[in-house]
Amino acid sequence: MPVTETLGQATIDGLAYLGDLAILMGRSLHAIIVAPFQGQRLRGQRVVHQAMSAGVGAIPILSLISFFIGVIMALQSAYELRKLGAIALVARAVAISITRELAPLITAIVVIGRSGSAFAAEIGSMKVNEEIDALETMALDPIQFLVAPKLLAMLLMLPCLTTWADFMGILGGATFGVSVAGFTLGSYIQATLHSIAFRDIVTGLIKSVMFGAVITAVGCQEGLSTGLGAEQVGRSTTSAVVKSIFLVVAVDLVFTLLFYFTTSR
Amino acid sequence: MRPRSSRDESGRQADGGIAIRVRNLRVNYGEHEVLHNIGFDVKAGETIAILGGSGSGKTTLLRSLVGLERPSGGAIWIRGQDLCCISPREMAELRKKFGISFQGGALFGSMTVGENVALPLREHTRLDDSTIEVLVRLKLEEVGLSGYEDYNPAQLSGGMKKRAAIARALTMDPEILFFDEPSAGLDPIIAAGIDDLILKLKRAFGMTIVVVTHELASAFLIADRMVLVDKGNIIAIGTPEEMKANPQPRVRQFLDRVPDPEVSADEGFLDRLTQNLRL
Ligand SMILES: Nc1ncnc2c1ncn2[C@@H]1O[C@H](COP(=O)(O)OP(=O)(O)OP(=O)(O)O)[C@@H](O)[C@H]1O
Ligand SMILES: [Mg+2]
Repeated sequence: MPVTETLGQATIDGLAYLGDLAILMGRSLHAIIVAPFQGQRLRGQRVVHQAMSAGVGAIPILSLISFFIGVIMALQSAYELRKLGAIALVARAVAISITRELAPLITAIVVIGRSGSAFAAEIGSMKVNEEIDALETMALDPIQFLVAPKLLAMLLMLPCLTTWADFMGILGGATFGVSVAGFTLGSYIQATLHSIAFRDIVTGLIKSVMFGAVITAVGCQEGLSTGLGAEQVGRSTTSAVVKSIFLVVAVDLVFTLLFYFTTSR
Repeated sequence: MRPRSSRDESGRQADGGIAIRVRNLRVNYGEHEVLHNIGFDVKAGETIAILGGSGSGKTTLLRSLVGLERPSGGAIWIRGQDLCCISPREMAELRKKFGISFQGGALFGSMTVGENVALPLREHTRLDDSTIEVLVRLKLEEVGLSGYEDYNPAQLSGGMKKRAAIARALTMDPEILFFDEPSAGLDPIIAAGIDDLILKLKRAFGMTIVVVTHELASAFLIADRMVLVDKGNIIAIGTPEEMKANPQPRVRQFLDRVPDPEVSADEGFLDRLTQNLRL
């Protein structure tokens, strides 16, 4: 096949996949927002269950990772800033990089590993086991029953997790700042509050909501399109992780560009 | 129990006594046509047994009847509604009247047996928890699984899974039951119990029942009529008596349990074994 044709086909496949994700998203949002007004129950218990496992369960590992990232960011920026005699700017460098970029991204990566893959595996094995068929024949819409609670839980939990990661990252930076760079805890916090604008945190949180949508859509889509046989479940899980990471970074890029060009300094 | 008789009357009048009507049905998996030109009727209140060899397309037929496979040709009417052109909402309404047990059980692995059986009640009715609990126990009792409410499906044996699936199919007191090999892999005593259960459902509640089965004895016992499927075609339809009297060789072979001629005797045998080999 000529290169152009291969490239064209890949583009078409990619767009079709994005279309599938959009349809899944649309139907789940319909189930969350519209259906409750049409007398269909939103399954609160399932949302809480998902929020516990995807959100609360992620806190220990997320805390540890974002704390370390905070220390690393402090070290890396101190390394350069020291040369300029501006080590006092460490707090600022850490605060901005964590809230705008690193906390949302790290949170997304942790959630992909814990929950995106689990969504694909859970739904995929239900597919293989005819459980999805059973749901449909019981007049239960798999999207309403399985995907919508996950989506709602993720849309709620990702901003919370991201806020927590902001906090833990800055705490990591502060640990370095206080022990090495001559800050007191009070002065570090002061410097941090000075340097981050409310907007930095909000843009981070907006991104994290988008990431939550992407991770759920990809995980569930991969699960629902699982073929026949147990081996396919493994394949779906792997591709859910790979595609989510790619799409999260792509969405991150798009949003960062948007924020860059829509804000005048 | 709901007042079944009055509702059945109206149902029957609405569709002239035909619960399921299939005409010229064709179903493909990709390029491969699995069902060719299938047609039959199931009357309301009738028990019909679909018989046929392994791989002949029985499960595919059942899946088409409940709208899980999209036919490539022909039409299926359930209670007078054409499955091809029905809205998702109407389909959901129709499916609330179905009870289905899959060949592999298809129990939800993330729920206990009790939750599996309770799910349709929880989702489609406003019954309170204690009523649901009683109904679940009742259904499990009927299939001989009382006391297993809190087991996980993975902790059940194959036959127990099958019975739990039957209990789940019965929860909503459906009008039409679809069973895919309900007694395959069960011991003779339990299998006979399932037959009794089916007879009871037919007699007491007038349910329309479609049973896919390999078990000839069971089919002759429970069925009002039988459909014999062979390689995706219907080769005979009739009452058990008519089937017993059917002279077609392929029907006789199936009902009299005569094996296919020994494979190694036929000419192409060696060719088939060695095809695509580079010798
Ligand atoms: N999902 C599928 N994809 C492709 N082919 C399939 C699929 N399911 C079934 N088939 C094919 O369709 C044919 C009929 O299968 P089906 O499961 O309907 O048989 P069956 O009569 O139920 O057999 P058994 O009695 O062993 O359960 C078989 O040749 C099978 O290979
Ligand atoms: Mg079968």
